Amino acid sequence: MNPLARLFSAEPTTGAVRTDSIFLGVCVFAVVILLVVLVLVVGFTAVYRRGSRARRGELPKWLSREIEIGWTTATLFVALFIFWWASSAQFSQWTAPPGALEIHVVGRQWMWKIQHPGGAREINMLHAPLGVPVRLVMTSQDVIHSFYVPAFRMKQDVVPGRYTETWFKAVRPGTYDLYCSEYCGLDHSAMTGKVVIMAPGDYARWARSQPEGDSLADQGRASFVSLGCGGCHGPAAKVPAPPLNGLFGSQVALADGRSVAADESYLRSAILDPAKARVAGYPPAMPAYQGVASEEDTAALVAYIRSLAAPPAVEAAR
Amino acid sequence: MSRSYLTDEVTLRSWLTTTDHKRIGILYALTITGFFFLGGAAATVIRLQLLSPDGHLISADTYNRLFTLHGVVMVWFFLVPAIPTTLGNFLLPLMIGADDVAFPKLNLFSWYLFLAGGLLTVLSLVAGGVDTGWTFYTPYSTLYSNSNVMLAAMGVFVVGFSSIVTGVNFIATVHMLRAPGMKWFRLPLFVWSIYATSLVMVLATPVLAISLLLVIAERVLGLPIFDPRFGGDPLMFQHLFWFYSHPAVYIMVLPAMGVVSEIIAAQARRKVFGYAFMVYAILGIAVIGFMVWGHHMFTAGMSPYASLVFSFLSFIVAVPSAIKVFNWTATLYRGQIALDAPMLYALGFLGLFTLGGLTGLFLASIPVDVHVTDTTFIVAHFHYIMVGGTVSAFFGGLHFWWPKITGRLYSEAWARTAAVVMFCGFNFTFFPMFIMGYLGMPRRYYHYPAQFQPYHVMASAGAVVLGAAYLMPLGYLGWSLLKGAKAGANPWDATGLEWTVPSPPPKQNFAVTPTVTTEPYLYHEEGRTHADARRLTPHRRQDEPAP
Amino acid sequence: MSRAALLHEPFTNIPREQEAFLFGLWSFLASEALFFGALFLGYAVVRHLHIAGFDIGARHTNAVFGTLNTAILLTSSLTMAIAERGALADRTRLARIMLALTLMLGAAFLVVKGFEYHEDLEEHLLPGHGFAIPLRGAVLFFSFYWVMTGVHALHLSIGLGLVGRLFGLSLAGRLVENRASIQTTTLYWHLVDLIWVFLFPLFYLVARG
Repeated sequence: MNPLARLFSAEPTTGAVRTDSIFLGVCVFAVVILLVVLVLVVGFTAVYRRGSRARRGELPKWLSREIEIGWTTATLFVALFIFWWASSAQFSQWTAPPGALEIHVVGRQWMWKIQHPGGAREINMLHAPLGVPVRLVMTSQDVIHSFYVPAFRMKQDVVPGRYTETWFKAVRPGTYDLYCSEYCGLDHSAMTGKVVIMAPGDYARWARSQPEGDSLADQGRASFVSLGCGGCHGPAAKVPAPPLNGLFGSQVALADGRSVAADESYLRSAILDPAKARVAGYPPAMPAYQGVASEEDTAALVAYIRSLAAPPAVEAAR
Repeated sequence: MSRSYLTDEVTLRSWLTTTDHKRIGILYALTITGFFFLGGAAATVIRLQLLSPDGHLISADTYNRLFTLHGVVMVWFFLVPAIPTTLGNFLLPLMIGADDVAFPKLNLFSWYLFLAGGLLTVLSLVAGGVDTGWTFYTPYSTLYSNSNVMLAAMGVFVVGFSSIVTGVNFIATVHMLRAPGMKWFRLPLFVWSIYATSLVMVLATPVLAISLLLVIAERVLGLPIFDPRFGGDPLMFQHLFWFYSHPAVYIMVLPAMGVVSEIIAAQARRKVFGYAFMVYAILGIAVIGFMVWGHHMFTAGMSPYASLVFSFLSFIVAVPSAIKVFNWTATLYRGQIALDAPMLYALGFLGLFTLGGLTGLFLASIPVDVHVTDTTFIVAHFHYIMVGGTVSAFFGGLHFWWPKITGRLYSEAWARTAAVVMFCGFNFTFFPMFIMGYLGMPRRYYHYPAQFQPYHVMASAGAVVLGAAYLMPLGYLGWSLLKGAKAGANPWDATGLEWTVPSPPPKQNFAVTPTVTTEPYLYHEEGRTHADARRLTPHRRQDEPAP
Repeated sequence: MSRAALLHEPFTNIPREQEAFLFGLWSFLASEALFFGALFLGYAVVRHLHIAGFDIGARHTNAVFGTLNTAILLTSSLTMAIAERGALADRTRLARIMLALTLMLGAAFLVVKGFEYHEDLEEHLLPGHGFAIPLRGAVLFFSFYWVMTGVHALHLSIGLGLVGRLFGLSLAGRLVENRASIQTTTLYWHLVDLIWVFLFPLFYLVARG
């Protein structure tokens, strides 16, 4: 099948369907305008070529003004319409639905490292289940990369020093190309991979069969111990430090008077650079873990703190 | 009669120390021609490499350096200065009835700055090149690249200063040196476009200067303003960079719009349709153009609300551009249209700019932009605007005013052929990039998945045609310089003060300061037939008797 | 040298030419405003993100040097303004003295700044290895400090060159006829001063409130 026909006949995600419909709509509009301009230019050039016997003379002033106002307004309305259409489609789907499967992505020159919530890790491959919203929480270890799956019409820059997010919900199983689309140096064009969409059962089997069985949260618990976090944040700590149980998703009052939601980005920056947003009521005792905890460690710690969101369950697990 | 600006003095020294705006325009023209072919050579090698999905004509490292070179040279050393410093320098004083720009010495200084910036950049190439892409994104440019980022950034910094100085000079010229009677709404649209461009140059370029300075400070002194390890923000660089680089697109395309307005009016012998709306559109583009930079960053990790605002403003800026296209088209209505070479270039501009502008609507729509940004779709889009648009208009203007600048005519047949070949070659080169971009071909890829090869081959084949079309003018315009027939003062029978002086103009421009009594583009008056339209002389010199 | 000789192409009368020079310089100052404006904006954004570290960094600058320099620069703006008025009123001797004073004050600013930079270096306040304050916000604060005061000092040095040129003209007795140069140089000098008026609170006062 020719690639253009294939392009629109088998959109693999809900997002791709949405993007393509906007693309095709704007395409139709653009082609119409282009044809109108083309026909007018060619037509006028033929009819009013120098020396032809066509009727000439000035247009009445009021007429040119009406025409001018007319097409200005028309263009404005079309522009506003496309804006409304495209933006409302985007805005309603900007964030992943609650309960999405969360997969961590770390970009580095020149590979993609993927961490699944169950602990499975892979490189340049992303296995994901069909029909389930998948939320990608991404960061970079070095320069800016961009996680691009053309078939999903999905792209998000992966920026060092912060988490960026995107999400998709696949509706068609298959293997799709993954590219880095933000220039990142020598082997930029080799920083590619595959996204494999499988039936949820197959995905669960695949995840279980991966060698590293520890879930991301379990890895985080291990890092919590090895990095010595428990000395202050643990149950037996003598230093006053903010409790981590039930922290994720709550509102945190900061020492400078602001209040922020404890999401992945906040936790990440609170681990790596605690001075930036100190919690109200605690001394500035925590050292910065920038350069101490790797991006993978940080992702695992965040997953661990996230798993502490419901305190009773954690107590029961102990 | 006094001697022309070309023959007044002929020593090299007289050229290198000239303060005559016409000669400075020529100096710029020669310099940017050199840079155009340098950038073009880099593009040629890139297109050759991309013939094969896994070719090894050049190494990946060389490839990265070549597309950086192509971008840096074409943007800052060709497209930004192309029309303002050559045609703008030459024509601005002539069109407003002045003897020179406001600060002639500063004008020459600005050319030397341009040259110095160019030399620094060439030096960075000789020393091994730069591999950051023309966008100098941090932290790659500050922490990871092992290439001559500092030299290249210094070069661009200096050329930016030259740009600011030129802008200040033109703004002061338009404000202070209009001939008696040359009211604001009697200015030719080319003057308006150069004026708006100068405003953008003066207000946007300093932000580029500071962002490059911060990159240099981070690389050389280790001040980590954009370094995420110290809490610096790489996105701040992008905001600063695009605050300049989006308006820079308008620096490139506004003068092209001015040129095309002049050509279409003269070749259709018709007053520009909706002159006042054209002026407001130029100013509107210049002003709104400052507020849309964020649409380069929809996937960068910006707040969704910011994206929404930038998307909205990007749609709004499409309106004045559309007005211009419609007005040019309407100018043709009831005209006396001749299809001389300048007109072919101008109509080529009209088509390519319209397509480029319409694809801009896709990029202002956030979901579509997310998909096609950083793919060849974007590459095609901005080449349609900057190459299809600006370069076509530059060639159109060059052909239109060539008789005025050199006093010679060129071979019309060759010129028309070149215009048509350029139009076809351009579409062959860049249209396939729209398609493969939507299919997902990322830009700046050295090797690429094999399914994109047919489009790359098509683009490379088109590039051969395009390259040939760019070389043709060197031949027939060169021939015209030596053997071309002498041109009269007004070979196109056009309106505008520049056509009232001899070709080539005398060093002093105007023997007597002209007085303007009418609006521009009076190619037709009510009740006149096409037969006596040719006798109209709307701008009368003071020393001529009134009819 | 007669006054008419100062009329340059393409102008046909002197007041118009002077107006054009001033207009051109104002356009250039608009450009400068955007140049520093981008830095001020960057400062504001980064301070908002790292307010604690930023303020700790800000306590390490030397307020004595800063205040002294503010006084010096404000005084130099006064002497420059008097020089301009003097020259425009044909009082060449007064203008010459004031230009000399402006030169001295400008140089004094740079000397004080030099001492301050020296002290900063001794205290390891240049970001890099061994930076004195182990806080990321402080590193960023001092990055802005060095860039912005450095760029300002560069502007001031250019201003000294321009004032020096005027002083040379005054020694040659050609000051009064160069009205446009006097006015534009004065404007530029005031801009450099004005920028410092913004830098001073941002780097010396902000955390000492």
